Amino acid sequence: MDAVTRRRFLLASGVAGGAAIVAGAAQLDLAGLFGTASDAASREDHRKTPKLVVVTLYGGNDGLNTVVPYASSAYYAARPELAYAPDRVLRLNDSLGLNPVMKGLSLLWSQQQLAVVLGAGYPKPDRSHFRSMDIWQSASPSGPANSGWVGRWLDGTNAAPEAAVSFEPMLPPLLAGETRTGACVSIGGLKLPAGVTPNMVEVLGRREPHESEMQARAADSYANLIKIDQLIQGATATGAPSGAVVRPDIPATSTGGANVLSEQLSRVAQCVEAGVPTRVYSVSLGGFDTHAAERVGHELLLGQLDQALASFVGRLARTEAGQRVTVVVYSEFGRRVRANASDGTDHGTAGPVFVLGPQVAGGLYGEQPSLTDLDDGDLKATTDFRDVIGTLLASVLEADPARYVGGGYKPKMLPLLVRD
Amino acid sequence: MADDLALLLRRAGFGPTPSELAAAKIAGYDATVATLTAPTAPDVGALLSPMPVLEPDPLAGLSNPTDAQRAKASVERWEQTKRITQWWLDRLTVADHQTREKLWFFWHGHWATSVRKVIRPQLMFLQHRSLRSSLDFAVMAHKMITDPALVSWLDGQTNTRDAPNENLGRELMELFMLGIGRYTERDVKAAGRALTGWKIDYDGARTFFSPAAHDAGKKNILGVTRNFDAHSLVDYLLKQDRCPAYIAERLWFRYASSTEPIPKSTRDSMVYAFPNSASMLRKLFEDDAFLASAGTLVKQPTEWFVGAMRQLGLRPGELSDDMLDYSLNGLERLGQLPFAPPSVEGWPAGAEWLTVGAAHTRLNFAGRIAQLVHAQRLTPESMAHILTIDTWTNRTYAALKATTDPQRLLTLGLASPEYLVT
Repeated sequence: MDAVTRRRFLLASGVAGGAAIVAGAAQLDLAGLFGTASDAASREDHRKTPKLVVVTLYGGNDGLNTVVPYASSAYYAARPELAYAPDRVLRLNDSLGLNPVMKGLSLLWSQQQLAVVLGAGYPKPDRSHFRSMDIWQSASPSGPANSGWVGRWLDGTNAAPEAAVSFEPMLPPLLAGETRTGACVSIGGLKLPAGVTPNMVEVLGRREPHESEMQARAADSYANLIKIDQLIQGATATGAPSGAVVRPDIPATSTGGANVLSEQLSRVAQCVEAGVPTRVYSVSLGGFDTHAAERVGHELLLGQLDQALASFVGRLARTEAGQRVTVVVYSEFGRRVRANASDGTDHGTAGPVFVLGPQVAGGLYGEQPSLTDLDDGDLKATTDFRDVIGTLLASVLEADPARYVGGGYKPKMLPLLVRD
Repeated sequence: MADDLALLLRRAGFGPTPSELAAAKIAGYDATVATLTAPTAPDVGALLSPMPVLEPDPLAGLSNPTDAQRAKASVERWEQTKRITQWWLDRLTVADHQTREKLWFFWHGHWATSVRKVIRPQLMFLQHRSLRSSLDFAVMAHKMITDPALVSWLDGQTNTRDAPNENLGRELMELFMLGIGRYTERDVKAAGRALTGWKIDYDGARTFFSPAAHDAGKKNILGVTRNFDAHSLVDYLLKQDRCPAYIAERLWFRYASSTEPIPKSTRDSMVYAFPNSASMLRKLFEDDAFLASAGTLVKQPTEWFVGAMRQLGLRPGELSDDMLDYSLNGLERLGQLPFAPPSVEGWPAGAEWLTVGAAHTRLNFAGRIAQLVHAQRLTPESMAHILTIDTWTNRTYAALKATTDPQRLLTLGLASPEYLVT
């Protein structure tokens, strides 16, 4: 086990169970699949189901420069070069304000569509990107979990492959269950080489008796490609992927977020509006590992995040289907309180979590961690992040939170959402 | 036996040609392992693809470039990056010493550094040459700890006595030398201090040591207190029992199974050959656990692409500009563009390569590769021979029977599950 990081283990086991497969991959029946999603009545039903969009910020977002404690002298003392002056922040109350570039979220705040959970973290913080991201995605701080919390929900509800969809290039551990996994969908539509028909691909996607598990997984990916693209067809316009390749732009040594977030979110909006039966969407933005020259890079990223979230939530408000969608935004950890010599910050601990959307009650939850009572230079978490996940499981996915949060933890329900 | 040899060649290199497989069958398994891991003949194939010389960075010597110069430099840097990437893919294709080339590719994924942050391809190429010229892991670790690309990637140049940052120190322990959980947070901080003082001369493509920025004080690391600096820290980590075991585990993860842990006896025999990584591989290939791992490893996208090029008689160095761009874009979408790993953790593995998005990209990529081949006639059987597939499953055979067009057959063959897993 020690050679295989937990993240790998999580993924590997999420896909290695013999039975681990999406219903119907072995005998593909498109007609049956469409039976649930393609007729107008069921699309209408799917539009009414509550849905969750999980936004992962890879790299460890600097929480103190996202939700700024502008009334605290300790904040300015610890990071003079990086701190935001009180008159520049977008105020949430008389002690906290949003980063100046987050104008869209500031507007959502005034409309009570933004909830900020302060000081979210877990006991005994881990400062490895990969470990800490595993902990958040598996909702299990205590020991290695071999599944993500959404993956376990897929297992527990015997969900169809399209129940959880990621528009990221790689499947996040979040969506890996013991027996089922979510699906990764590419941003372009289903374009196949000349003369290769969906039927040929579907044949290639049949499992063969006695083949190895990995080979069967490879086959499944073709079966699911055909299935999911059929589902999403009509929901979105197809477009050829752009030919842009490497542009050395945003410095990042942490994983995730290869597609622009706004592009991923507009895909989500299209699917929601079309009545695709997906309940959980996973999207991400990477590059938050701001060890050096933080200010400019961080503002660029937060600006991208703000723009993408604000236009997405604005769009949600305009349709009945969109009204049922809730968004949660988190990162694997915050940064250290004190700046380093490179005008950046090193890996830290607790940070804010955003929950936003038409169903959200708005406001602040939990307590801002103290800047003077620190744990070896780091913030002490004041809210267990599993309370946020548990609340979303209960109120958005209508599931028993204790069943899907790891390690026997009993999540406390936070009043994040407006009761219908 | 025949299957064992095919497995060995697929894992040890980038995809054997039918003639390589036939020659290996004549030589036998043990002799083939010996030749692969310690080739004696010169690499004649590699001569077809000599290492390019990159011109200096477009902004070299400019202390205050204009926006126009910066924009132009970005374009030129990308052209340079493309050149070295194309050369590398070409070298992997034409080289006879497949196992050495694959091992160097492995080390790139191990010391995973990306041009996206390093920005200057000259530094990436320098790192590449350093990896090639490292005789063993000990030499390599010393070269890497002061390598300009790696130092820049992990913010080492801003790590100073007055405010150390721990990025490089953390990854040195977590990802490069010991493995996760084998140290405490205090060890990480102390390692960060040991590494202070290395600065980068970008125009000179080198690092240099600045004593004023170095914290020469005592550091307690893994229970020992000394005035550690970069090289004494590396020496100390090399002597930890965990280091050879960790390297054996990483080799197992990439060459045998990304899902099953390495058996203790296999690890012990590999550790014995440390720090010579080619000898460690030899121990692995001679181990029964290696052969028992058949069917568990998913080909990395670069293996898939280079293997297809080799087997179809194509060369990345001879692709049109358009096809080269398509290929680099395709590799990136599949999750493995050389010189640009997604994170310091290196490449994904296993089922992570098998997403629906990857399936879609791969089908179209296979279609474009197939268009480069001018085959008059092709049958499922002759294609299995060319791609050195043992046998088609009934499933894939059924898909292949739906067409007689050579390009379509090749597209399906290259995309087939049995071609993706070794």
